[in-house]
Amino acid sequence: MNYAALFRATLPETALEIAALLVIVIDLGFLRKAAAQARIAAAAVVGVAGCAAALCAVSIAGPYNFGDAVLLAAGGSAGVAQVAILILTALTLLLFVGSTFTRHPGEYVSVVLMAAAGGLIISAAQDLLVIFVGLELLSLGLYILTAFAKKSGRSAESAIKYYLFGGMSAAFLLFGFSYLYGISGSTYLPTVIYRANDAAFSGGAPLLLIALVMIAAGLGFKIAAVPFHFWAPDTYEGAPAPAAAFIASVSKVASFALLISISRTALAYLQILMQNTHTTGRVYLTAGVTGPPIRSVFTVYYGWYLILIVLAVASMVLGNLAALAQSSVRRLLAYSAIAHAGYILLGLAFFDWGSRSAQAVLYYIVTYGLTTIGAFGVVGVVERATGSDNFDSFLGLQKRNPILAAVLLVLFLSLAGIPPLVGFWAKFNLFAAVLGMYGGNLSAGPAAPLILVALAIAMSAVSLYYYLQVLKRAYVMPAADESPIRVHSVTLAVLIAIAAAVLALGCFPALLQNWIASLYA
Amino acid sequence: MAWTIYISFAGALVAALLPKGKPDAARWWALAVSVTGLTLGVAGFASGMGQGRVVLVDAPWVPSMGIHYLLAADGISRVLVLLTGIAAVAGVLFSWNIELRTNQFFAFYLALIGGVYGVFLSGDLFLLFVFYEIAIVPKYFLIAIWGSTRREYGAMKLALYSFVGSAMVLIGLLAAYTASGSHSTALVDLAHANLPVHMQMWLFPLVFVGFGILAGMWPFHTWAPTGHVAAPTAASMLLAGVVMKLGAYGCLRVGIGLFPHGLDPWGFSFIGLGSWRDVFAWLAVIGIVYGALVALAQTDFKFVIGYSSVSHMGFVLLGLMTLNQIGLDGAVLQMFSHGVIAGLLFAIVGRVVYDRTHTRQLSELETMHLSRRLPFAAWAFVVAGIASMGLPGFSGFVAEFQVLVGAWRANPVWTVASGIGIIVGVAYTWRAMQKAFFSDALPTAHELEREHAHVFAPITWPEIAGVVLLGSCTLAVGLYPRILLDSIEPAVRALLAGGAQ
Amino acid sequence: MNANVTGFPILTLLTVLPLIGAAVALFAGKHARGVALITALASLVVALIIWVHLPANGSIGLVELHSWVPSVGVEYHLGVDGLGGLMLLLSAIVTLMSIDAAHRVHHMPGLYYGLVLALESGLFGSFTALNFFHWFLFWELSLIPAFFLIKLWGGPKRGPAATQFFVYTMAGSVALLLSFLAIFLATGSMDFGDLAAMAANGSLTQQVTAHLGNVMPWLAIGVLAGFAVKVPLMPFHTWLPAAYAEAPSPVTMLLTGAMSKMGVYGLLRIALPLFGAQIAAMRTPLLVLAVLTVVMGAWAAAAQKDLKRVFAYSSVNHLGYCLLGIFAIAVPATSAAQQAGEIAASQAAALNGVILQMFNHGITAAALFWFIAMIQFRTGGLRGIDDFGGLRKPAPVFAGLMGIALFSSLGLPGLNGFVGEFLIFRGVFSLSWISASLSILGLLVTAVVILTVIQKVFTGPAPERWVKFPDLHASERLALAPVIGLMFLLGLVPQLVVGVINPTVQNLLAHWRF
Repeated sequence: MNYAALFRATLPETALEIAALLVIVIDLGFLRKAAAQARIAAAAVVGVAGCAAALCAVSIAGPYNFGDAVLLAAGGSAGVAQVAILILTALTLLLFVGSTFTRHPGEYVSVVLMAAAGGLIISAAQDLLVIFVGLELLSLGLYILTAFAKKSGRSAESAIKYYLFGGMSAAFLLFGFSYLYGISGSTYLPTVIYRANDAAFSGGAPLLLIALVMIAAGLGFKIAAVPFHFWAPDTYEGAPAPAAAFIASVSKVASFALLISISRTALAYLQILMQNTHTTGRVYLTAGVTGPPIRSVFTVYYGWYLILIVLAVASMVLGNLAALAQSSVRRLLAYSAIAHAGYILLGLAFFDWGSRSAQAVLYYIVTYGLTTIGAFGVVGVVERATGSDNFDSFLGLQKRNPILAAVLLVLFLSLAGIPPLVGFWAKFNLFAAVLGMYGGNLSAGPAAPLILVALAIAMSAVSLYYYLQVLKRAYVMPAADESPIRVHSVTLAVLIAIAAAVLALGCFPALLQNWIASLYA
Repeated sequence: MAWTIYISFAGALVAALLPKGKPDAARWWALAVSVTGLTLGVAGFASGMGQGRVVLVDAPWVPSMGIHYLLAADGISRVLVLLTGIAAVAGVLFSWNIELRTNQFFAFYLALIGGVYGVFLSGDLFLLFVFYEIAIVPKYFLIAIWGSTRREYGAMKLALYSFVGSAMVLIGLLAAYTASGSHSTALVDLAHANLPVHMQMWLFPLVFVGFGILAGMWPFHTWAPTGHVAAPTAASMLLAGVVMKLGAYGCLRVGIGLFPHGLDPWGFSFIGLGSWRDVFAWLAVIGIVYGALVALAQTDFKFVIGYSSVSHMGFVLLGLMTLNQIGLDGAVLQMFSHGVIAGLLFAIVGRVVYDRTHTRQLSELETMHLSRRLPFAAWAFVVAGIASMGLPGFSGFVAEFQVLVGAWRANPVWTVASGIGIIVGVAYTWRAMQKAFFSDALPTAHELEREHAHVFAPITWPEIAGVVLLGSCTLAVGLYPRILLDSIEPAVRALLAGGAQ
Repeated sequence: MNANVTGFPILTLLTVLPLIGAAVALFAGKHARGVALITALASLVVALIIWVHLPANGSIGLVELHSWVPSVGVEYHLGVDGLGGLMLLLSAIVTLMSIDAAHRVHHMPGLYYGLVLALESGLFGSFTALNFFHWFLFWELSLIPAFFLIKLWGGPKRGPAATQFFVYTMAGSVALLLSFLAIFLATGSMDFGDLAAMAANGSLTQQVTAHLGNVMPWLAIGVLAGFAVKVPLMPFHTWLPAAYAEAPSPVTMLLTGAMSKMGVYGLLRIALPLFGAQIAAMRTPLLVLAVLTVVMGAWAAAAQKDLKRVFAYSSVNHLGYCLLGIFAIAVPATSAAQQAGEIAASQAAALNGVILQMFNHGITAAALFWFIAMIQFRTGGLRGIDDFGGLRKPAPVFAGLMGIALFSSLGLPGLNGFVGEFLIFRGVFSLSWISASLSILGLLVTAVVILTVIQKVFTGPAPERWVKFPDLHASERLALAPVIGLMFLLGLVPQLVVGVINPTVQNLLAHWRF
């Protein structure tokens, strides 16, 4: 064990942990008697500083090898996800400033930081157990965060639901992992896949399929894909706004980064297999490819991709249709999160061997995370001013606080996928990557990608309706109460920055795209 | 000419930031911006005459995917940019009396205009799509906030229909892009990509219907009457005048330009239809006749004009499907002509009449003796009405004549069916004119009393200016269509040649 | 074609002059009538100048030719021959008369005179056009002012009358447009001269049949329908009595004096040159209709109680003679008489008569309605034939002048109404003696009608209320004098007009093929 290398590789996580401890020390040690807002501000500052330090560390940190195995990756999806997680965490901490739901800011910030550390680990992990550790670190933090609003019954209720669901799904995940270990005898991801396929040749396919289903259940829970989404609406509704922002963004980024590394690893193996068996290199979902051994391999992959597609379609459809019926903005955001998860799963289902799909998925989830944080920021402000997050609380927002309304406009339109905002580009990029799978020859493979992309676009059209419902309240319908809404200056600054970023990245999509590509180069 | 886009968006931003208490500032600012846009459009039109396709801006945007910020103008684009400029100025003039949230109104208005300019000037399919979508949101808010009858429903319907249409186009765009190797989204490149015929066979109807929804193609036109009636005057003018032309332009530039083989015969015949060309031509003809017949039965003045827009756009679509020089010339000319005429009609019905009488029901207007009390409106409508009927001397005649000739050369039955539409067109315009302005009955005592009680507001200078602007445009083009045809004909020729028909 | 005499676009000037006058009159308020009078006088002067400069050999002169919209065969092509020039003169005179007669327009005078001038411009435009687009433009555009003149200033039943007028004429126009659309599709040309030449050498029918199938007869019917409504030809006349009656009398002067001639002109300029063979093939039914028009027009006039309707139907009758002449000329080339070459003189006589009748009837009918306008003005709107009596005593000058006009309408030799009818009958007797014989009935009945009017209105005892019937003022006498003088002049010295139009007639007949 090369501890120096391990330490170096986990420098970002370490920075976060140190910051977490520091926050508690400062808050409970020195600021016990200070005003609530001062404590919150101080905690947030330390938290942001910690994130900044971790960011610097990311550039220094390298991968961690254990023998031949790369247990912790660096660069590629890991690099992108880690940077994104850190920035997004910093933003949620800034949103924390000015909130009133807790008197324990130090604990809050430290839990956030530790959960973020868990997220960092997941993004980079290549070993089943490391994955699980990171996942649990993240999840436990999230459960606690959900319950943080001690005065709200809903917060506690949703936290319990989240915890129970989460615990169960973690059990599923571990169970699946144990099967994989059983089949392959290793916890290192590439090894697992390689040996699992061998096992599949010799009759272990059913076991492998069960493992895959379990893992899908566990991971599906984390990304709130149908049918593992039941926790999402309640949690999004019950958690305090900054916490909900954190859940909606950071945990999603981490989970999808994990899915990317799994898919990549699996595909990398498949590529080797293809080369060894001299077939042309595309993943076809239909049978009819020559050779029995390959067919059984494809059966396994077929299973995995089928699961992903089913999850994707179900999430897209159910998420959008259920959102239509909502009257609470938070629940609407929850169902829309489910829908967006569906779109991304589509990108993961048709995963190509270059890094194009991975980049598209990362682009999407990063920008989605950014937009969601902004959305929850606005919701938080409106809630504090009006006491509820019902649609009617937004009535006449353009008069009560025009800047806030403008930010809402930008963010929601981006979620709907209207150019020139970044949400549009993210969708376009993703769909282009999905369709580009067959090298442009759309008639070579089955029509599935095209039909599914068409479905996704259709569902986007549906989503415009419910986003417009909220915007309608803000801009069109007359206000019940016309008193101006005051916003904390830090919150306002953060929201404006996010909205500006959404607009700028949408107008100049190459900026973010080039940066992501550079991490892959 | 590219600056038309930028100043419109910049103008929109400034308008949004103007102080709320001074509506006049917003109005004058909007007028200044739109007039500047028109001037630039005219300058671009004049300098581009005889030039063919001119590339205005070409900057790499997302190089990894071959997407360029490419603005180019050929004769067709120049004519439509001119139309946009005229319609924009006229719309501002006719919105002079908006008092509610004036600066926001003009902000959304200018944003919409900017998007429209962008679509007409785009040389890159992705960019075209972006501008096309950008235009959807201001439309929604313009109708939802400042509209009248059932405005929220009308606005949502319009937004969703447009979005669905653009979703269809997006699928087509993605498919074409990836199928051509994901190198470039420039229109010229995609046109030369030579996509396989069977692919064009389903891409063409997908994209054509996607754009056709916005162009008011039957049976996807149902957003149009509701939307037009719900919208405030300037928005109706823009909707019918310019936005519907976005759809038609997309049909032409993207549908026919990129997937010409989608129009080839299928090789089999189904209820007399042998190709997508037949299908869409018949849909266009049905639109012409149906729109006219339904307009004849309406009791709300604005609905008459709304359905007449559907009918006139049918001519545009029919002209597109003729696939010959004269038919396409007629289609583009009709786009310009109808843009101006519809703008004028909506302006009169909405601003001049409705804002004063507060009713659009023909039966009620009949009792108001408007030829005496609002002679300006009555006579302006006479001019607009005869232009809409397609009487010679106004722009509609030449355009419709060309479309009919082109249709005849393609399939004589289309011409005959459309001729019926023209005749019904005379009838419904006539009926509306009679009922609204020139009813025969002498006023009863009760009505005279009411007239004294409600004196109409005098006609303001912006209204006169707007009517003069639009009326003179249709008259000028009607008397000397070569102003526009000289630009349209070479562009159409190039398009037909490039399509390897 | 002859080159323009002075190089000056005089025809364009003539057409545009009333439009400018109209624009000024719209805003002139009380002075609108003055503006209109000046404009009409100026137009008359220009028309006279044109008359003087017509080419002596009867071909088309004062040509203006510019390219307009080449892709649809549209050219800016103007020109006049004797026929056109005479019609221009007629329009100018009748418009002047109409404006003169309308001296008490209270309601929106600016608009009224503006519309009248616009109508005059429409007349000028259609009489000088040599390309279908231009011609059709002015044909349609003359409809609009006429419609509004009836609708806004007319009598109690003006709404339905105006609508009927519009609908009928529009329907006819549609038929015309469709026929010409078909011709354009087949030949690519809209130029009357070119098309006439093609018809003369048979290539028009060839091309149409080649492109569109055997539709030439249908196109001919379409074109005929358009003109049949305008002239009118029975049974397409049903719009006329109501429109003439409900329109204010000065407007009726325009309708009967000039607008109806547009239809006849169209038959001569368009229908006969292009569709000569088809018309000749349908000669018999057309002659039947023409005779019907003549006879039934007169008969119906006899039955009317409203003076305006009397003269409305009488107009139908008089224009029926024109139609008679036109259809009689169209003798099929295969008939024996044609082949013997005997009928050329008759055709020339008939055609001269038709053109003369157009002019003379225009003047006379306009004058008659002017008189009716004067009667209405003096009696507060009355115009029933039985309302009056013995007006000769209180208003001898009035009775005398109106009598002259009435006799001219009857066709008394020495007055202008006689010459046209005489020539027509002279020609038609040789060409179709049955039609001519039957039409004499029309002459007889017309005589009865006119004499009845004279008797009922002017002779006999004067009822109480008309004892103080005012006679003509000095200004009215001054205005009427030239008109009455013209009636005598043309009655006694028809050569003034015939001398100019006969070459045109010969020219036209030379180019027509039946």
